[in-house]
Amino acid sequence: MTFTGLLGDALFLVVLTAVAVPLGRYMYRVMEGERTFLDRIFDPVERAIFRISGIDAQKGMDWRKYVIAFLLSNLVMAVLVYLILVFQTSLPLNPAKLGPITPTTIFNTVASFIANCNWQVYAGETTLSNFSQWALQYLQFTSPASGMIVAVAFARGFVANRPDLGNFYRDFVRSLTRIFLPIAFVAAVVLVALGVPDTLGGPVVAHTLSGLTQVISRGPVAAFEAIKQLGTNGGGFFNANSAHPFENPGPWTNLIEEFLMALLPTSLVFTFGHYIKNIKQAWVLYGVTMFLLVGLLVLVYSAEASGNPLLRHVLGVAGPNWEGKETRFGIAGSSLFTSLTTAYTTGAVNNMHDSLTPLGGLVPLFQMMLNSVFGGKGAGLLNMLMFVIISVFVTGLMVGRTPELFGKKIEAKEVIAASVAFLIHPLIILWPTAIALSTAAGKAGILNPGFHGLSEVVYAYASSAANNGSAFAGLAASSPFYAISTGIVILLGRYLSMILMLYIAGSLLKKKTVPVSPGTLRTDTWTFGTVFLGVELIMGALTFFPVVALGPIAEQLAMLAGKVF
Amino acid sequence: MQRGISYEGVIAQAFRDSFAKLDPRIQMRNPVMFVVEVGTVVTLVLSVWPTAFGPAGGPERLYDIIVTVVLFVTLLFANFAEGLAEGRGRAQAQSLRRTKSDTIAHRIDADGRSLGDAVATSLRLGDMVRVEAGEIIPTDGEIVRGVASIDESAITGESAPVIREAGGDFSSVTGGTRVLSDWIEMRVTVEPGKSFLDRMIALVEGAERQKTPNELALTVLLAALTLIFLVVVDTLAPMASFLHAAIPMATLIALLVCLIPTTIGALLSAIGIAGMDRVIRFNIIAKSGKAVEAAGDVDTLILDKTGTITLGNRMADAFLPMPGVDEEAMLRACLLASYYDETPEGRSIVELARKLGQDAAESETAGATAIAFSAETRRSGIVLADGKEISKGAVDVIRKLAEREGAQIPPELDSYTAQIARSGGTPLAVVADAQLLGVIHLKDIIKPGMKERFDALRRIGIRTIMVTGDNPLTAETIAREAGVDDFIAEAKPEDKMRRIREEQAQGKLVAMTGDGTNDAPALAQADVGLAMNSGTSAAKEAGNMVDLDSDPTKLIEVVSIGKQLLITRGAITTFSIANDVAKYFAIIPAMFLGAIPALGALNIMHLTSPQSAILSALIFNALIIPALIPLALRGVRYVPMGATQMLQRNILIYGFGGVITPFVGIKLIDLALTALGLAHI
Repeated sequence: MTFTGLLGDALFLVVLTAVAVPLGRYMYRVMEGERTFLDRIFDPVERAIFRISGIDAQKGMDWRKYVIAFLLSNLVMAVLVYLILVFQTSLPLNPAKLGPITPTTIFNTVASFIANCNWQVYAGETTLSNFSQWALQYLQFTSPASGMIVAVAFARGFVANRPDLGNFYRDFVRSLTRIFLPIAFVAAVVLVALGVPDTLGGPVVAHTLSGLTQVISRGPVAAFEAIKQLGTNGGGFFNANSAHPFENPGPWTNLIEEFLMALLPTSLVFTFGHYIKNIKQAWVLYGVTMFLLVGLLVLVYSAEASGNPLLRHVLGVAGPNWEGKETRFGIAGSSLFTSLTTAYTTGAVNNMHDSLTPLGGLVPLFQMMLNSVFGGKGAGLLNMLMFVIISVFVTGLMVGRTPELFGKKIEAKEVIAASVAFLIHPLIILWPTAIALSTAAGKAGILNPGFHGLSEVVYAYASSAANNGSAFAGLAASSPFYAISTGIVILLGRYLSMILMLYIAGSLLKKKTVPVSPGTLRTDTWTFGTVFLGVELIMGALTFFPVVALGPIAEQLAMLAGKVF
Repeated sequence: MQRGISYEGVIAQAFRDSFAKLDPRIQMRNPVMFVVEVGTVVTLVLSVWPTAFGPAGGPERLYDIIVTVVLFVTLLFANFAEGLAEGRGRAQAQSLRRTKSDTIAHRIDADGRSLGDAVATSLRLGDMVRVEAGEIIPTDGEIVRGVASIDESAITGESAPVIREAGGDFSSVTGGTRVLSDWIEMRVTVEPGKSFLDRMIALVEGAERQKTPNELALTVLLAALTLIFLVVVDTLAPMASFLHAAIPMATLIALLVCLIPTTIGALLSAIGIAGMDRVIRFNIIAKSGKAVEAAGDVDTLILDKTGTITLGNRMADAFLPMPGVDEEAMLRACLLASYYDETPEGRSIVELARKLGQDAAESETAGATAIAFSAETRRSGIVLADGKEISKGAVDVIRKLAEREGAQIPPELDSYTAQIARSGGTPLAVVADAQLLGVIHLKDIIKPGMKERFDALRRIGIRTIMVTGDNPLTAETIAREAGVDDFIAEAKPEDKMRRIREEQAQGKLVAMTGDGTNDAPALAQADVGLAMNSGTSAAKEAGNMVDLDSDPTKLIEVVSIGKQLLITRGAITTFSIANDVAKYFAIIPAMFLGAIPALGALNIMHLTSPQSAILSALIFNALIIPALIPLALRGVRYVPMGATQMLQRNILIYGFGGVITPFVGIKLIDLALTALGLAHI
């Protein structure tokens, strides 16, 4: 670890926070239909959209209607993209003349992109036409928007005297026109300026000095890259993702990409603060989560910076662990990217997570297991709040009152739904892992033996369940077994918990707001923040300790003990 | 209520229950303990038949047997906790049932003609019964004719008899109480099996105990945790076998049982039963556990002034002679005027006069006659042997009397009167032989300690509202002195109701006490309605709790009990979950020591052997249950303080303590096992 490295990371987080606070407020105003500076441009656009589609965007929805609209619109978009991928060879914009895609890959890809996961079992440049890439890029806009507005609808459940959770279609359109599109547009232009290509032309054939020919893939990369990061999607245009020089040419684009993926989930915490009319609460949630983020960042950074002791002892190579990293990003830039991409469940990578030291690899894995270190768009906030509900329930009892959260009583209904939501995540990570490790089809896809092989499988399902999409690699992810099983895990991880959280919001909406008294357990204090942190860590650690102990921890301990595989 | 229940009997019964409750149909109600039971059966099968689930690759059979025994003991401890909590109630119910059995009722018709005798249990709603002196009242009812003194000690434990009579607010009688003198004719107001006594028996026995919403929510959370750990443990086997590490079945079960929240699972129902039991021992009958929990959530207490905040009666506070009247003469006159006055006000005047050094000599009162208070004259006093007449009464009455007798009315009368009223007191004027002597200041005496209690309530966020028939001026003074947050003066019964609705509309939970029939709607509307046992049956029916001692102040204690119940549940849950951290550090390295020696680094407690590590964790897990039974039954000590402060305190004790304790406990058990030579089996 170097001082400048740490300073750079710290500076990054300060700037991020400074932008997130006002942006969170802007997002609140957008979602609540208050006046914003872009009204003049977008009001007519939105009116036109609603007039053409015939949707009454003013009509409020209860939780059931909201869920149905959410699921239905996601289904329609998924079918649309599914068809585009199936008929890739008959559709235009295929300059590289790429062939048909295998059915399991299509299933996995559609599931993965509709769910904001962007787990990729294919290599973009050799599988997808520009048109297909566009189709996926379309989902990279709509899936984070869907997730974000579900979180917004949930937040509305806490608002006193609100009759409904809002209108899904209105939220959907407004979030796209006023948040995602403008920011992505500006970001894409900046990326182009910094050297990211954006063209509809086909691959370039280069003749190298040694007399060989080399086919260099290109495409509309900058536009793809911007929303890939902004929407915490993470699915790269190229197989190498943000480690590819066309996706991420240098330190500045690296910083921008890191910034983009962290931007909206962080802001959303403050948006939530505006909804519950308690910005201090937002700061407490932010503070606790940032504490986790920084702690884990320091862990991965120090693990990578101190390198592999075996290399030092056996080969005499001292220094950081450079394996799988790009020198243009450095150890600090790579560690920060690794940390952010799994904290915010983006899944983009600028270095190979499979090559991280075992302890370093534990960090991304653990963040996806917690799934609430800010997390993906909307989903992350919902998971944080699910942990808050559980914390409030258990600890709230300890102050001798039926627990309340932001003025609404947390009773059996909410605890049941939150418990089930909490249960789903470990379930869809651990069961598929166990199945993969005990079946021939599953074992056939594991490329490394022992602890590391175990880590690879767990990582794949954790990444799918958390809708992260980053890969540990070392796994034959495109084999039908993994393509189908991760696809299913992705869908379960996405939709079940969101439905449950909206159910909770529906139940909270009907409740009277309880006035705060000295007997109320205040959740906007650092005392509660500490409790929240403890519950999150203990619950998360208790659930995943055995598997983590058998994977990265065992590997790290073995490495320290000098064992070579 | 009968006290002095034999503890040995309760413990013996709880011990027997521990085995009876092993019935899977009973265990199924508690998902956490049911998992333990299934685990016990599996290890038992393994102990008998080691290859039942495939080749026995694990340690010795002795290990399986010890695991089975520890698991079995864990189950017994859990059942014992519940049995103990139930047993205390059951012993009380038995003593109540003795009261109830074999009572004979003399049935009569509407005009009082005898219809012959019947067994009490056959009485139906609307039947008429006559009860003579010395007999037990067969069931709940309303007195139609007669007045009698009644011994209610079987229900209330209070030995002083109470007077019950037809009409008014004191006409209801309770089955199981005894008529001491005179007779009554009553109408039965309940269906068989629904009487107060029946309800109370069912309640203390726990037969009617339904899980409260809060308990239900917690059970679900615990079930979810159990399910998660079930998944964690059952996926561990394939993962381990991928790494070529075999884990014995008994070890997996041990890990599972250690991880699932057995501590709170075992104690949860005992906590609930004990909470209700605390209420009952406090001589309050709560109609449901929900009411007790709601009491913990209360935001606003609505309390009657008289009898709750102040002592029932006003007391003499000062004598204010009119100008020109000798103070001693005034004191003397007041003393004499109250000489025959047996009311508490009268007694307090005599007492105060004596304290100020006046007393009536025997000679002075010899041959005197009393002027008794009547609604007509509205004054009382004395006519001395020499014909001198002294009387006291309301100021307007005495003023008229004095004017009629031609006395001078000094202007100070009005100013003193106003001054007393302003300070929340009641003035009484004294007149003797056409001379207005002065004014007695009667004062409402606030019960000692009330101000402190209201302060404590305020600290935990509960506001108190005083309800009084006094004028606003008086009410305000008393409210200030007592330290209540708000008051309703010149209150009519519907004012209470309105206020409750207003508070509830703001999302607050309201508790109130009441005894009269006109309180019934408000009692029903309030979230917690504590009816006085001395009150009408309408009031008792409307409230969700009945205070057998008829002491409205106890509402405050009920709030504490409700809070304590929730705190105890939360504290033991937190403790239970926090315990898992240490158990992991004991079991995980032990499980894999053979196959993955590197994990030995996690054995931070330096436990002797894998077997001793696993057994120590399992034994700790079992022993912590009986260790916490006293806490579960007694409840966590509750000190009123702000929520955040309370959270800090309880998190420190039960959360942080819950992480540390098992590290110490498991290490100690491991040392003991090692000393006993059981570490390597």
